Amino acid sequence: MSNRRSLGGRYILGKVAGSLGSLAFMLVLNFFLFRVLPGDPVRTLARNRLVSEKQIAELTATLGLDQSLPQQFVTYLQNTFTGELGLSFKYRQPVADLIGDRIWPTLVLVGTGTLLATLIGLWIGVRSAWNRGSRFDKLSTGSSLTVYAMPEWWLGLILLAVFSVGVGPIPGIFPTGGLISPGVDPTSIEGVFDQAWHLTLPIITVTLAYLADYSLIMRSSLLDEMGQDYLVTARAKGLRDVMVRRQHAVPNAMLPSVTLIALNLGFVVTGAITIETVFSIPGLGLLSTEALEVPDFPLLQGTFLVFSAAVIFANLVANLLYAWLDPRVRA
Amino acid sequence: MSTSEVPLTARQVTRRRRRRAAAQTWAEFRSHRSGVVGLGILVVFAAISVGAPLLADESGLLVTQATGGVLESPSGEYWLGTDDNGRSVLTLLIWGSRVSLFVGLMATAISMVIGTLVGIAAGHYKGWRSTVLFRLTEWVLVIPFLPLAIVLATVLGASLFNIALVIGITSWPGTALLIRAQTLSIEERPFLERARVLGASDWHQMTRHVLPNVMPMVFANTTLTVAIAILTETTLSFLGLGDPLRVSWGSMLDDAFGAGAITTGAWWYIIPPGVCVILVVLSFTLIGRALEEIFNPRLKERR
Repeated sequence: MSNRRSLGGRYILGKVAGSLGSLAFMLVLNFFLFRVLPGDPVRTLARNRLVSEKQIAELTATLGLDQSLPQQFVTYLQNTFTGELGLSFKYRQPVADLIGDRIWPTLVLVGTGTLLATLIGLWIGVRSAWNRGSRFDKLSTGSSLTVYAMPEWWLGLILLAVFSVGVGPIPGIFPTGGLISPGVDPTSIEGVFDQAWHLTLPIITVTLAYLADYSLIMRSSLLDEMGQDYLVTARAKGLRDVMVRRQHAVPNAMLPSVTLIALNLGFVVTGAITIETVFSIPGLGLLSTEALEVPDFPLLQGTFLVFSAAVIFANLVANLLYAWLDPRVRA
Repeated sequence: MSTSEVPLTARQVTRRRRRRAAAQTWAEFRSHRSGVVGLGILVVFAAISVGAPLLADESGLLVTQATGGVLESPSGEYWLGTDDNGRSVLTLLIWGSRVSLFVGLMATAISMVIGTLVGIAAGHYKGWRSTVLFRLTEWVLVIPFLPLAIVLATVLGASLFNIALVIGITSWPGTALLIRAQTLSIEERPFLERARVLGASDWHQMTRHVLPNVMPMVFANTTLTVAIAILTETTLSFLGLGDPLRVSWGSMLDDAFGAGAITTGAWWYIIPPGVCVILVVLSFTLIGRALEEIFNPRLKERR
């Protein structure tokens, strides 16, 4: 028993170490990306007119460009870990504060969207694999592949045009953008409902866009399981079809799906960036596309850091979940 | 009995065997209806992008020489209406296919070269080299794609080649993991043991024995990567990171969004570029899935 636990511990330690490695790699990447700019980095960073001489001096100091490269790296690490992400060119505010203000809409959008997409997608995947070749399977696989081929923000544009602006007999019932109606207190009950109403269409977009991925993943991993001998055994024991599916096939098919769903989170973040832009939801995604226009390098660096760290963390959680789901990994 | 025939050289034998394998693959591919449909769609779009100068005059792309009104709805003269500058949307669409396909293929080529090299090396070498490459792949894999691509595109500046480069260097890890797994299984086969015993160099083993055997997987994966690369190009252009001098489907959608085509109901400016993206991406996906089923014996069994 104790032996078993220690092996599980080794798996967990390995995964944690892997994630820390990813994190370290991302930090190094983030450091060098903004220092390979040709010429004087500060001048290149500040090639737009929005940046004043004072800001250039500030930037030189924050980046510590007068120091040696290893010294710069140490400064950068210290700054990052103390949450000193520099000042945004565009907003003239600390990047960390901006991110703190804007993170909630993104969390709600990505969180709710992923949850719904996973639940519905897995259900569709299981149903179409179990009844392979049926009309349901053909319809769902066909539409999943089509949605998969669609840029998620284009789906958002279409939904926006149909349900917010209105087309022909369909009235535009949803708000056309933003997170809250003007003049509504966000902390009141009315404000909460108003924000939920504003987020409904974006969440539907995220759900539809990623549901396709998850149903295709689940369908193919369940198909992989369906030829296995243990299912024949289960049937030979006289188990009903539903039981064979629920007790035997689906739990095994879940395992590869969990890993793929976790890796897919990187794409959901991508979707959040563009979908927030389409619906003008003031989250981290819109913040990064706004930063692009300037270009606001400290802000871009900050959002890149947050997005990457979030995806790395989510992957770690999924790997630990995998261990919890699969006794073979634990033992 | 075959003494009268001239004995074939090793090279000729190989070539014949490859030709036979290709013919067999094609025969199998034709039995996948969705794959054939995908190939058909792709051929149409390839023809459009190659024949763009014949189909629409390039001067139709110039804002200064625009002949139509602002956001005119489709008519006999402008089949798909006009954009906010009075240019024909159909002309933009035809010329835009070139950029989308070019960037898609170019990015895929870059991604495939890196992915295959890293994958084969990570699977072939043992010890620290394999560990380093494998870890590197895993690390890059978890970094979210678009934020990294945005940062890279901003740093490198917007041009057609840079966009392809950005997509290429952010999309290789998936390929590398796949090729590594494939390489590991090939490494166990007797012919590689024979090559090792005969003193073949690592380079010889990798290029002459491993590479030809992973090629089919690379090929199937390539078509799937093109689909993702085209989607990414569209997204980056939509965010204004594309080549500002060229029209692509993504930049058309960016312009349409910026010009308020959504609120004015100019559907002809939003639907056609999106449908083109879907059709091209879908065609690559369908071909890729068909090839995957042919080359991956595990998938073949379950059909």
